[in-house]
Amino acid sequence: MEIVFLTFVFVLAIFLGFELINKVPSTLHTPLMSGSNAISGITLVGALVSAGSAQQEIATILGTLAVAFATINVVGGYMVTDRMLAMFKKKEGGSGK
Amino acid sequence: MNTEILINLVYVVAAVLFILGLKLLGSPATARKGNLVSSAGMFIAVVVTLLDQNIIEFQYIIVGIVIGTLIGAVVARKVEMTSMPEMVALFNGFGGLASLFVGWAALSIALVTATVINPVSAFTLITIFLSILIGGLTFTGSLLAYGKLSERISGRPFVYSGQRIVNSAILIAVVVCAGLFIQDPSDANWLYLAVALSLVLGVMFVLPIGGADMPVVISLLNSFSGIAAAAAGFAIGNILLIVAGSLVGASGIILTNIMCKAMNRSLSNVLFSGFGAVKVSSAAEIEQGEVKPMSAEDAYYVLEAATSVVVIPGYGMAVAQAQHVVKELQELLEENGAEVVYAIHPVAGRMPGHMNVLLAEADVPYDLLLEMDQINPRMETFDVAIIIGANDVVNPAAREIESSPIYGMPVINADQARTVFVLKRSMASGFAGIDNPLFFKDNTRMLFGDAKETLSNLVKSFD
Repeated sequence: MEIVFLTFVFVLAIFLGFELINKVPSTLHTPLMSGSNAISGITLVGALVSAGSAQQEIATILGTLAVAFATINVVGGYMVTDRMLAMFKKKEGGSGK
Repeated sequence: MNTEILINLVYVVAAVLFILGLKLLGSPATARKGNLVSSAGMFIAVVVTLLDQNIIEFQYIIVGIVIGTLIGAVVARKVEMTSMPEMVALFNGFGGLASLFVGWAALSIALVTATVINPVSAFTLITIFLSILIGGLTFTGSLLAYGKLSERISGRPFVYSGQRIVNSAILIAVVVCAGLFIQDPSDANWLYLAVALSLVLGVMFVLPIGGADMPVVISLLNSFSGIAAAAAGFAIGNILLIVAGSLVGASGIILTNIMCKAMNRSLSNVLFSGFGAVKVSSAAEIEQGEVKPMSAEDAYYVLEAATSVVVIPGYGMAVAQAQHVVKELQELLEENGAEVVYAIHPVAGRMPGHMNVLLAEADVPYDLLLEMDQINPRMETFDVAIIIGANDVVNPAAREIESSPIYGMPVINADQARTVFVLKRSMASGFAGIDNPLFFKDNTRMLFGDAKETLSNLVKSFD
């Protein structure tokens, strides 16, 4: 039953993703990529459990590596996206439009 | 309250924040807020996960987070806007690698905790394998894409006969290894072999793809990094990984699709045909003629008289770092009473939206940036079209010459402007190795030299 449930969530999320991303204008495609890159760093959440489980040496090592790489993705991805988005400006005078 | 329930409830909130963040990315005015909302979702997800009762030691977690934060922060601050494609490629790869490690770690834990009565289910093993396989090929594929984009290795497509057969064989071998391993999880050699093969597959998959097709590859690898995260989510039964991974996967697929459409090619054509490695045999059919060079000084007189100017940037603008001087020229032209807009082709540059970010860096307002479909109907009304380091995306052969390899690709019809300035280093053909009849048209003038220098000379002429 869990298989069906997880698959259900997976399929719905993909459809939701299509709906959301289709509305992103092409001018924002680069920030979209770096921002979604940061979201894919969500693997960090899974990695934390492996790194801290203290069950097995190999799982701890792999988990710690995964934590490091996923954190690069998360921190780097969000920061660089913010840096980019801060540069997007409308023509001056048209403020608040 | 039970911790597990608490964690999962907070995951729901995190998923909502990711979704809202992506929704806010729908407009440049709210995009920055959207990114903040999304990062808040990530933050609470990470914090609440630390409450998980399976986490006993924290020292390795802290080490990993500190190292990752330092590297991520430094890279995000230092990276040049022109190098954004290779940075995104590299980050895609890290995402893939993290999924590979999570899958692998989940496997070793699952095998230890499994008992004879309660063995690891085939479903778990399959999803673990998928996260390792997709993560692995995303990692090496992205590293290779990074190498090509940063020009550490040649950006030329590498094609050999039987490429498809070799790639299919590797894929089948991975599946066989997976099957054998699931049959008997105690023999880890099959696992190691599958990991190695998935790494090889990533290299083989990006090898035949050339620099100009990079927008497609980066988008696809972006999608893979999301799908790998979703697969890892299946493997460890974590819903948040599945939701977030699928959102990213869908995003990458949409971008891939947009890029393919903009080149009028199917995904399989981009992936397997090694575009640009094929020599154009029908060169004789392409009309040749005299190119008409022009000095910056003469170009100035034309620009001074112009009332409407459209700038069409390409990868050459990024290479020459010319975005700031373009903006200077725009201001001078505007002071002179001319209307200036920019026309952006979807595949201009090396990743989706590459030109938009560069121009945003130079403080060009985003409402001056028009898409191909907006600009083409009014192209005839422009006095001057200035093409900066773009080639294939303005090639009229795509409309006129049926034998051209890019025939049918939607292009910006720069040739329909009254006068066309082409800023170009030399007469070498574009990335795809296709002649561009635009250079020989009566209304085209060539401004040879480094784009930044040529533009600086133009700017100086206005003083």
